[in-house]
Amino acid sequence: MLLLLKYTLISAIVLMLVALGGMFSERSGIINIALEGIMVMGALAGIIALNVLPSGTSSFVIITVSVLASAIVGGIYSALLGFASINLKADQTIGGTALNLLATAVAMVIVKNFNGSQSSKLNYNNSPFLFDIGGLSLNVFVVIGLVILVVSYIVLYKTKFGLRLMACGEHPQAADSVGINVYKMRWAGVIISGMLGGLGGFAYVVPAVKTWNFEVGVSGMGFLALAVMIFGQWKPHRIFFAAVFFAVFKSLANISDSTILANLGWSSNIYDMMPFIASMVILAFTSKKSRAPKAEGIPYDKGQR
Amino acid sequence: MAEAEYVIEMLNITKEFPGIKANDNITVRLKKGEIHALLGENGAGKSTLMSVLFGLYQPESGVIKKDGVEVKINNPNDATALHIGMVHQHFKLVEVFTVLDNIILGVEPNKMGFLQKQGARRKVLELSEKYGLKVDPDAYIENCTVGMQQRTEILKMLYRDNDILIFDEPTAVLTPQEITELMQIMKNLAAEGKSILFITHKLNEIMAVADRVTVLRKGKCIGTVNVKDTNKEELSRMMVGRDVQFEVEKCESHPGEVALKVEDLSVASKNGGKDAVRNVSFDVKKGEIVCIAGIDGNGQTELVYGLTGLERVKSGKIELCGKDITNDAIIKRNKSGMSHIPEDRHKHGLVLDFSLEENMVLERYWEPRFQKNGFIDFKTRREYSDKLIEQYDIRSGQGSITRARSMSGGNQQKAIVAREIDKNPELLIAVQPTRGLDVGAIEYIHKQLVAQRDEGKAVLLVSLELEEVMSVPDRILVMYEGEIVGEVDPKKITVEELGLYMAGAKRDKREEAAE
Repeated sequence: MLLLLKYTLISAIVLMLVALGGMFSERSGIINIALEGIMVMGALAGIIALNVLPSGTSSFVIITVSVLASAIVGGIYSALLGFASINLKADQTIGGTALNLLATAVAMVIVKNFNGSQSSKLNYNNSPFLFDIGGLSLNVFVVIGLVILVVSYIVLYKTKFGLRLMACGEHPQAADSVGINVYKMRWAGVIISGMLGGLGGFAYVVPAVKTWNFEVGVSGMGFLALAVMIFGQWKPHRIFFAAVFFAVFKSLANISDSTILANLGWSSNIYDMMPFIASMVILAFTSKKSRAPKAEGIPYDKGQR
Repeated sequence: MAEAEYVIEMLNITKEFPGIKANDNITVRLKKGEIHALLGENGAGKSTLMSVLFGLYQPESGVIKKDGVEVKINNPNDATALHIGMVHQHFKLVEVFTVLDNIILGVEPNKMGFLQKQGARRKVLELSEKYGLKVDPDAYIENCTVGMQQRTEILKMLYRDNDILIFDEPTAVLTPQEITELMQIMKNLAAEGKSILFITHKLNEIMAVADRVTVLRKGKCIGTVNVKDTNKEELSRMMVGRDVQFEVEKCESHPGEVALKVEDLSVASKNGGKDAVRNVSFDVKKGEIVCIAGIDGNGQTELVYGLTGLERVKSGKIELCGKDITNDAIIKRNKSGMSHIPEDRHKHGLVLDFSLEENMVLERYWEPRFQKNGFIDFKTRREYSDKLIEQYDIRSGQGSITRARSMSGGNQQKAIVAREIDKNPELLIAVQPTRGLDVGAIEYIHKQLVAQRDEGKAVLLVSLELEEVMSVPDRILVMYEGEIVGEVDPKKITVEELGLYMAGAKRDKREEAAE
């Protein structure tokens, strides 16, 4: 049971961080389907930071530097989406898909170069990130994630910035007519989403294992996070519960060979499929009622009134 | 004090767009505390002029003065800083926000970025009290009536301490009762020293509320007159350049046999929930014009979609000249004698990137006269199109080969009317056929509808314009929330009573309505 809790926590935090990222972007009116790719780039940046920091650096510095690296690189990578969809008014879904395809390829090139060999695997030491509380092994991302959840809620609902951001995603012409710079707000939404996405990617690879093969990218977590975001109705608190829900399904796979589940004798492939099947079923039922930001996906053109 | 007399002066404003002078040397002066109407047909340049004042366009020449001092208005923020506010024709409100959030958006009271709504709420309630603008600050816009949405827009301007208020065709979306209320609000605002610019092409409203009126025609300023010293006839002459008939000329109708019979028709709503059209039954006889009246969004659109086959009906029966067409394809309905002047002429009326002649035969290109063995007979098509252009006075740059997109709205509408009437239908369904057209074109289209009736055709008119509802049809059916709530005779009913039906405050007994 403790094992299930541990894996659920790991996945839930990742899904929540990335889904919150998606939320900030879509609330501003930009569909961010590139989360998968952004996660890969964030993970890559964080792990490289771990590898280049000299041994003997204090845990605090290691964590701060690598987390910042993943967030910043995620933010920079999402700027490509911002530039294409805000400045060039390109189709956001196509732009995002392109970034997803690009990310894994770029990551492999960089890793192979970094290794100086044909291997696209990177090893790293994840012990600074882990700690135990009463037998339950946790990682720092749980703390970071919960803080970000609370901050996201406050930013979205209690600040001037949040009100303006939501207005841009719902009715950009209205926002413009009261003097809000829609382009700026959308840039802000996309960059925040990139930073959270990058951080989420790092949080996905680091706590669980000590080596990562970049050929697999982040194996669909970014898309699962999109499902979490929709299931969470673009609202921070609901995204949290949605993330926990999906994470339970996800972690069943992790414990399938060691617990009572092993006695059932099901193929582990079934457990691996579970979160994705669950997301399809749930979205099929909830998508009819779901209410996306009204103007998302539509490039804003000041001239059109 | 000479400079205090006018709060806003727009002097000799000229604004050109490629190929057209939208504003040609126009001068408008707004006095403090007056309601100044801006009257003109569509395309006369009213909206352009207001966009110049609101900073959306830069004029080629001319100056704007505020309180006698020359100012430059480069964008809406500049206008706001000068306390100029505008209620746009299409409201700029965020549907999922509350009234209060919409009002403070852009000028949010905050401490270090955190919203402080209490003070704002107090100010909004004070303003709403002072000017009689009833709103619930915590209601979500999507649940508000159109009237309350408009009051929210007005409060938005007042909250920003604007004292020059621009209203862009504010009555287009309101019921008669709401219009009366708005007129009162405008008078209150003017009495408190606000100056109002009021764009409209409805003469009645000007006579009711405005102090002075400036008339524009084809980008030129025709003149400014005091409303007390003028009358509707003079104003319309200034606006159109000739005498206009307000009364639709028609003799008694002589209804014949039933052309369209609708029984218990229901059409599902697009966004789930209650059906958009619920158990509607009525008929239209040959030689009469029946009008479906109602406020926008009460199921008229869906009813027409069901009748014309643009959408599948949920239940019920439609008969055209005794033939069941309930589930027929659109092309079959056309062949059975149904013509349709659609609500959205760009979406359902024309292929905008086709030429005018191609659009003219959209529904008949397969007829033997327009094709030989599957090949288009271009010569006949051109002749046919030229004939319609001549007959219906459709004006376009290059005649038959003009792209539909490049034509003005009025001429696009004329082209559709020509095509639909020339098909010689048994039943003509005309949905808001005069929407967005100027007085001259409206007069013309009304004449065509009456002519169809007099030829013994059945005409079903769907309209949101009260004047049209009162003057054109022989019989009015009022729709409210997907049901027909009343059947009335336009000669016997008053506008006020019709308004009660439209607002759902009054309804006939079910049996009568179904009869």
